[in-house]
This record gives sequence, C-alpha cells and structure tokens, in this order.
Amino acid sequence: MSPSAIEVKNLTKRFGSFTAVDHISFTVERGDVFGFLGANGAGKSTTIRMLCGLLESSEGTASVGGYDINSESERIKQNIGYMSQKFSLYEDLTVQENIRFFGGVYGLGNDELQKRMSWVIEMAGLKGREKSLTKELAGGWKQRLALGCAVLHKPKIVFLDEPTGGVDPISRRNFWELIGQLSQEGVTVLVTTHFLDEAEYCNNIIFINAGKLIANGSPKTLKSRHITFPIMEVECTKAVEAMEVLQTQPWVQELSIFGTNLHVGVNEELSGRKQIINILSGRNIPVKRIDKIMPSLEDVFLHLLENDARERRN
Amino acid sequence: MFRRIRPILTKEFRQIRRDKRSLGVLLVLPAFLIFLIGYALNFDVKHAPLAVFDQDKKQASRELIQAFINNEYFSYRHTVGQDREIATLLGEGKALIAIVIPPGFSRELLAGRDASVQVLVDGSNANTATAVLGYTSAVLQSFSSKLTMRTMQRVGRELYLPLDFRPKVWYNPELVSAKFLVPGLIGFILMISGVVSTSLSVVKENERGTMEQIMVSPLSTRQVIIGKTIPYLIIGLLGSVLVLLVGFFLFDIVIRGNLFWLYVGIGLFLLAALGQGVLISTIAQTQQVAFILSVFSSLLPTFLLSGFVFPIRSMPIILQILSNVAPAKFFLIVVRSVILKGAGPGAFWDQLVFLAIFALLTLGISILRLRKRIE
Repeated sequence: MSPSAIEVKNLTKRFGSFTAVDHISFTVERGDVFGFLGANGAGKSTTIRMLCGLLESSEGTASVGGYDINSESERIKQNIGYMSQKFSLYEDLTVQENIRFFGGVYGLGNDELQKRMSWVIEMAGLKGREKSLTKELAGGWKQRLALGCAVLHKPKIVFLDEPTGGVDPISRRNFWELIGQLSQEGVTVLVTTHFLDEAEYCNNIIFINAGKLIANGSPKTLKSRHITFPIMEVECTKAVEAMEVLQTQPWVQELSIFGTNLHVGVNEELSGRKQIINILSGRNIPVKRIDKIMPSLEDVFLHLLENDARERRN
Repeated sequence: MFRRIRPILTKEFRQIRRDKRSLGVLLVLPAFLIFLIGYALNFDVKHAPLAVFDQDKKQASRELIQAFINNEYFSYRHTVGQDREIATLLGEGKALIAIVIPPGFSRELLAGRDASVQVLVDGSNANTATAVLGYTSAVLQSFSSKLTMRTMQRVGRELYLPLDFRPKVWYNPELVSAKFLVPGLIGFILMISGVVSTSLSVVKENERGTMEQIMVSPLSTRQVIIGKTIPYLIIGLLGSVLVLLVGFFLFDIVIRGNLFWLYVGIGLFLLAALGQGVLISTIAQTQQVAFILSVFSSLLPTFLLSGFVFPIRSMPIILQILSNVAPAKFFLIVVRSVILKGAGPGAFWDQLVFLAIFALLTLGISILRLRKRIE
C-alpha cells in the first residue's frame, strides 16, 4: 500500500474536444481534510468522479487507498464513501429505511447495521424522527443523514462533492465539525467547495481553474506564498465608484470588492494607506475606515485567478 | 449476488407501495382496461336496424320479412313507403340495411318464376357491412330453399340437396369476438403497464442523483437492473391474475390449456416488456421523455403489429417482418393457444424462445447502457 491516501498524476479528462481536467497532479495524505477549490465548471466534480470510479480518465493515473482508479475501481468502491451536493437519499423512504438500504448495499451484517444506524441517528440529530419520510426533513438534517449513509461502512477515504450547498450557515458549521471528527478518527476527507471561508477548515487545499491546477498548499502557506503585499480593507460609501478610481492606479496590486468593502493590495502599508485616502478624497469619496487585514483565502483565490487569466492571455 | 440485490428489492417494493398511483397502474388498471375494452371492442354485429319497403304486401313478402325478424341479427325498425325515405334512413344511420320488395313479388313466386329483392346496405363501416350482408344472404338463402321445398312437395317430389353443409367451429363455437380479443387484450395491457412502470425507474433515480450514489457503491449494474426488474415482475404477475379473473367472470374466458405454461409465457412476456421499459429508462434524459417513449413504443406496435386486432397474415410483407419488434406478437400466439385451444408447449415453444431472447437483449443492453450512462 502506498503511504498516501490519494495520489494523482497528470490526471486528464476530455469530453470530445473539451478538456475538463487538464494534467492535474496532487497528493492527499492520510487523515487530511483536503479542500478542492474552484469555480463552478472548473473540473472539481469531474476529478472526483474519476477518483470514485464513476468516470474513466482520458490520460494520467491516480490511486485511491492504494488502488488504481482505472484497473481496480471495484476495490475502490468498497473502500470509499461518496456524498454529492444532491444529498442523494430516497425521499420516499424513511430515515431508517434509507440507512438500511445503504447498509445493505455495502453488505453490512445485522449487528453492525444496528450499531451504525444508532450512530448515524445520533450524529445527524435525528432521534425521534427515525420513521419520518426523508422528504419531510429540512436541508441540514438531510445533509447530515446523507453523510451518515455515505460513511456507514466506515470507509477510510470520503469524497464530499459540494456537501454544503443549499444549507443554512449554522448547519454548514455543524457539518464542518463532523468532518473534523471524521478526520480525527483517521478518515481522509476530500471535499470540494466554492465557499472559500470553508476552505479555512482544511489542512491542505488545491485550487483549480478551467481544468488546470493553479495552486496547492495549506491555507497558511497559500496566503503567505501568493499574497506578498499588505491588503487594506477600505470601507467607503461609493464602493463601486471607488473601485473604478483605484483600478487605474499603478501602485494597486490587487483589487476586489466585498459588499461595501474594498480589498486593496498595496506595495507598503503606510504609504498605501495615504495614497488610498488621498486619491479617494480627491474624488469626493469619503473613506470611513481603512485597516490592514490578514489576507483571506478569497483574496488568494481572486489573485490567483487574475494571474491565471493574465497568463492565458499572453 | 442475491445478498446485494435484496436491499434494492426491499427498497423498490417500499417505493412502489408508497406510490399509490403506480401501484394502481400496475395492479388495478389492467383488470379495469380488460373490462372496459373487452366490452367496447366488439366486432359482433347484432340487431342491425332494418328498414323495409314492401311494395307487394302479400303473403310471400310478409313471410320474407318475418324471416328477417325471427333472428337476433336484425331488428325491424322502419316501414318505408317511398324510395326517398330509404336514402334518409341509411344516410342518418337509422338503418344499416334496407330491403325493397317489388310489387308482384308473391305473384311471380307463385307462378314459379324468379323474383328479385333489392338489398341496400350502409357500407361506411366495411366490417359491419360485410357481416350484415353475410347474414342477409343466409336469410335469403334459407328462404329460397324453403320455397323450393314447398314447390317440390306440391308436385309430389322430395327435395334433394347434394351437399349437406354442417359446419362445426372449434375453440370458439359461438364465434364471439370477445373470446378472440380478450386473450389478445391481456397481452396488450400487460405490455403497456409493464413498459410504462419500469421506464421511469432508472430516469427517476438519475434525476434524483441516487443512481450516482448506487454507482459508487460496490453494486454492479447487473445487480441494479435485476433488482429493479424483479419487483415489477412480481407485481405484473399479480396484475395478470386479476386480468384472468376478470376475463373468466365477465367474458367466460376459460383457460383450456395448462396454467403452468400460460404463466411461463406471461412471465417471459412481462420480462420482455419490463426489459423494454428499463432500456427506455437508461436512454431517456427525463421522466417525461421516458413516459412518452414508453407509451408510444408499447401501444402502437402492440396494437397494430401484434395480431391483436389485425391479422399479421394479411399484412404486406414489410409489415410482417416489422411485426417482430412487438413481443406481444409472440405472446399472443402463446396465450391464444393455451387459453382458446388448450394446446401444449409443442405448439408455441418457439414463441417462448423469441420472448426470452427479447427479454435478454433488452435487459442486457440496459445493463451496458447504465454503465455508460453514469459517465
């Protein structure tokens, strides 16, 4: 067995002339919570589907739990858990019946199934609702039940494809706590998301854009490696107008808008602060507040996307 | 193998049980349709409304009219006084047949000369017209021979008929069309309910995303397809029992042959129908498309090409070849042989083989398609 949980080398998937995943390589260590980030259509799901044996790769190799994805996909299926953004449960079955079904599919014996069933019900907070039809459950419960069904057979590796879509913030937070627990039990979790705040919970992250891997590392190293300049958060009344003004300034490294706030990457903190205030007040845009902030992953991601777009243009 | 299929079976049964509509479609609808169509589809012509223009009004003409009244095929509705009225009655459909007896009819006959009767039939429905003409000619024939007999007796001689026609109709002695149609109807209805019921099964799971969840599990596509087919097979078999009961109680359809072989036929036929449904399910992208495809692909070939109503023998050769796409064609031969003729497997084993091939092909292709489909 290879020491890493997942090893991907030059994995590529083409659909006709369209390359959905373009020579991606990365490694996921055992027990990692591995974040797989990218915009919609960047190739995240396609990669996961190849790793789960749902899709054959066009090129490259990968191993999951030591098994080759193309030649040993049947072995992989027994050893992984998979949950998609659809929370694929049978809506017309009850909570219990869903658990029994997936337990049966993975060949769990009766005793084991009973144990796992009470674990899932406990974990998902569904005590007393065992006999409710799944369609009557709210999003957060469905999501946790789906996770429970995906890990009934105690897989060592779990793939979660956009598991937090369409769920309220509190449920999202609870869900990440569950992922943390799984990881502490030694389970490797590969999770895709486009919520960048969620990526902060991951030990390791890869960014992909248009099928290509554009960055790889822990949240901390990604921030320090890619954001080498101070970022100022500027609160002002006319954010959009301010953005237009700042866009043309040569000393602005990076510029993005978050609601009514602007994140402005500058060369140096003190001079940058002055420059921003000067130019904005010169245009009659009063600055309410300006602070140096720790770059978020969102800043990193936007920076990387911009670089990537620039490179593609050249 | 079976240990992994069992959870699918349990799940499918639960889903069918909860979905009252599909349960109704599978179990009750077939029996109800037999009842409905069995009564509606009737080619027997009885009590054809008759109009008579009797210009003679003598004994012989009255006897002739009496001959028409004295059977269940005609019912005497109109006495006509003018030619024009006949056109109106036939035109408005108030009469299917009109008889015009010319003046001097009785006189000619008494004189031993030929007399003629004009018969006008509404030919707008060729089937009925043919039947009515047949009955009419039979009535006139027997009337003629009765007259001849009387004449001969009067001159003191016996009537000699060289051919004694004594027909004996087998399998359906009263020639009731229900006896011929209901067994066909069983095939027609089982086909439609079978195809429609499974056609939604895979698409529904594709749309919900549960199929993807199953495909990442260790279950094979073969296990999935088999697991999805068996519950519908069992329910289809139950539905067919209801259908046979309705056939027995309402249409006097007695199964003359071996029940075991009948059920071998029904089982294989259901598998073929379910296979066609599953196949559609693996091709169609949405439930709507699957539904439309399944209705058309089961209803049209089964109605037109299976020999249900229209005999295959009288079709152009191209249609005869094309008729092999309808599994009901093979099934109808089996079901008519067993139910009506009481024949054994020797008469239809080849049809069973065709049905089995059809089922294996459709289910086999479905398994391959499902594997492809997920990608």
